[in-house]
Amino acid sequence: MDFSYNSEQQQISDSVEKICAEFDDNYWLEHDRNGEFPFEFHQQIAAGGWLGITLPEAYGGAGLGVTEAAIMMQAVANSAGAMSAASSIHINIFGPHPIVVFGNDEQKQRWLPDLIEGRVRSCFGVTEPDAGLNTTSITTRAQRCDDGYLVHGKKIWTSTAMEADKIMLLTRTSAKSEGKRPTDGMTLFYTDLDRKYCDVRSIPKMGRAAVDSCEVFIDGLPVPESDRIGEEGKGFNYLLHSLNPERILVAVEAIGIGRNALARATQYAKERVVFDRPIGQNQSIQHPLAESWMELEAAWLMAMHASSLYDRGEPCGIQANAAKYLAGEAGFKSCTQAVMTHGGMGYAKEFHVERLLREVMITRLAPVSPQLILCNIAEKALGLPKSY
Amino acid sequence: MKILVCVKRVLDPQVKARVKADGSGVDLANAKMTMNPFCENALEEALRLREAGAAEEIIVASVGGGKTEETLRHGLAMGADRAIQVVTEEALEPLAIAKVLKNVAEQEEVGLVLAGKQAIDDDSNQTAQMLSALLGWSQATFCSDIKIEGDKATIIREVDAGLETIEVKMPSVMSADLRLNEPRYVKLPDVMKAKRKPMDKIELGSLGLDTTNRMTTLQVEEPEGRAAGVIVNSVGELVEKLRNEAKVI
Ligand SMILES: Cc1cc2nc3c(=O)[nH]c(=O)nc-3n(C[C@H](O)[C@H](O)[C@H](O)COP(=O)(O)OP(=O)(O)OC[C@H]3O[C@@H](n4cnc5c(N)ncnc54)[C@H](O)[C@@H]3O)c2cc1C
Ligand SMILES: Cc1cc2nc3c(=O)[nH]c(=O)nc-3n(C[C@H](O)[C@H](O)[C@H](O)COP(=O)(O)OP(=O)(O)OC[C@H]3O[C@@H](n4cnc5c(N)ncnc54)[C@H](O)[C@@H]3O)c2cc1C
Repeated sequence: MDFSYNSEQQQISDSVEKICAEFDDNYWLEHDRNGEFPFEFHQQIAAGGWLGITLPEAYGGAGLGVTEAAIMMQAVANSAGAMSAASSIHINIFGPHPIVVFGNDEQKQRWLPDLIEGRVRSCFGVTEPDAGLNTTSITTRAQRCDDGYLVHGKKIWTSTAMEADKIMLLTRTSAKSEGKRPTDGMTLFYTDLDRKYCDVRSIPKMGRAAVDSCEVFIDGLPVPESDRIGEEGKGFNYLLHSLNPERILVAVEAIGIGRNALARATQYAKERVVFDRPIGQNQSIQHPLAESWMELEAAWLMAMHASSLYDRGEPCGIQANAAKYLAGEAGFKSCTQAVMTHGGMGYAKEFHVERLLREVMITRLAPVSPQLILCNIAEKALGLPKSY
Repeated sequence: MKILVCVKRVLDPQVKARVKADGSGVDLANAKMTMNPFCENALEEALRLREAGAAEEIIVASVGGGKTEETLRHGLAMGADRAIQVVTEEALEPLAIAKVLKNVAEQEEVGLVLAGKQAIDDDSNQTAQMLSALLGWSQATFCSDIKIEGDKATIIREVDAGLETIEVKMPSVMSADLRLNEPRYVKLPDVMKAKRKPMDKIELGSLGLDTTNRMTTLQVEEPEGRAAGVIVNSVGELVEKLRNEAKVI
């Protein structure tokens, strides 16, 4: 139970921080304004080999654990770029996991080096408008044809689909009603997001304008059999392997943004003088900030607990869920408090905390809602009857 | 040629230094530490010399205890070939550090020593100069450009009056200024490689050197807070205030 970074982890954190420091408040404010993807940032991260942090060394990655990936993503989110920076690379860090675990050698050779070097960008197509959190109810279908499959259906909220070359696509190859279990009959593909067959539309949204999230309408997309991951009908189980790492990463991203907001609020509270004293000398200003510090640290420990379980190959579902919940709530509270601490200035773009508040909201909503986490904890940690 | 690059572990320049309650020094407990920025310039220059074919091997060395190894690992990740930590928990003065580094430079038979012009924590700006004297080698301080040709080096130095160009004989001790270069970012694959590079540890006591400190720190204090500024309405008023209130002209 050593809670400090080892020297390699410290180096990861420091090195990533240095790259992020080059992209300052103004860079991200400008991207928030014009909605342009942060290509320069993505490029710098790729050039440093950071996109391959968890991918196998045999394909050019570093073969490190989710703990190291979490340390990296905390540093990214705790920079001026917040969720925009994190989301521009996030998919690369956990998304290819099903390929690593269940892909064959030919597929790994064909896909992983391109991802690690940042030559190819991918997106993650799971959520559908009519299924919501009930993922097994998706209706995007992959029909067998001569040399593979034809896919029809629609996805929603697919992040970075505007720029992506590839999509990790969850489909049904047989209906939910036909299988023994609701998870049967789902098939996972990693394939070209071919615009000839896919209409991609960016959704105007509350924050993180620089990184799009999209509706994807798929009309007869041909997918060769060689783009299928593992066996037909078992896709959901493959996907499960990347869900816990994703929750841990979203958790540390919320913590990073929360810490960033807290640091800005603290600085402002030290400097802003009203009623002849720094506002930070008033307990009604300093106590909520102190509370945020404790909540963020506690969430961090839970995230590290989950990631260390994961890296040792132990079950970590409830811990990953708990970390994502605690971090989402703590990050949100910290950003809200940062806006409040700034008084009227908290509402001005110039002070950036309103941008952080808009971005941190995502970590509560996605990839799983707080309600569904509570359902899961009640069921799996407490043994209460399943409620959904 | 082998190059020895001397690096120091210091408080991160982005972090506000806090003085210990008893005034005995700066509180470094849990503080973020980093490689002294000028030392990073020195290492970057060594890497460029190696890339240009002027050097075969780069050794990074540091004198210190605790997590000094972390700073050396950073040097290895930037591209140094191996590292030497001279282990001591005591904070040594520049002369003692110079004696230790002389020992390392001679043991390793290096042809060039590169160091930062000063460390941002104690701002001593002495180690490189003392080391050159102890070794009996030429010295070039505050370098902003280094060119080595055979047994001579042409150096541009940043001095108060501008830029000074000098020629020195090799071997030499050179200290880096900020504008010498822009240190590279560490890449993840290099962090991984750094783990496998050799790191030698030498106990300070085993060198048989007199490294006793000659100074005693009596008191460390926070600088006084800055008083609020005033906005003046005209140049005339400014000059008047500088002359009569601030009494600086
Ligand atoms: C910015 C952003 C980026 C995203 N990026 C991606 C992406 O790249 N790829 C991808 O596949 N998806 C992505 N998503 C989708 C995200 O994962 C979903 O929005 C999330 O899973 C919730 O699904 P939903 O929106 O359909 O909500 P719904 O399922 O419609 O839920 C609506 C509300 O009802 C509640 N609810 C539902 N069922 C129950 C129940 N039984 N008990 C109690 N409460 C319940 C939920 O908790 C929630 O509050 C993204 C979303 C956002 C906002
Ligand atoms: C969108 C918008 C529209 C506005 N429109 C107008 C307008 O039309 N006309 C106009 O005149 N003004 C307007 N305002 C200004 C608004 O009324 C002020 O922002 C508000 O009064 C707070 O003042 P401040 O921003 O200077 O905060 P500050 O006084 O700097 O306060 C900062 C923080 O410190 C806290 N604080 C300060 N002193 C203490 C204390 N002693 N104890 C505990 N906490 C303390 C405050 O509660 C706050 O959280 C507007 C503001 C906004 C955001």
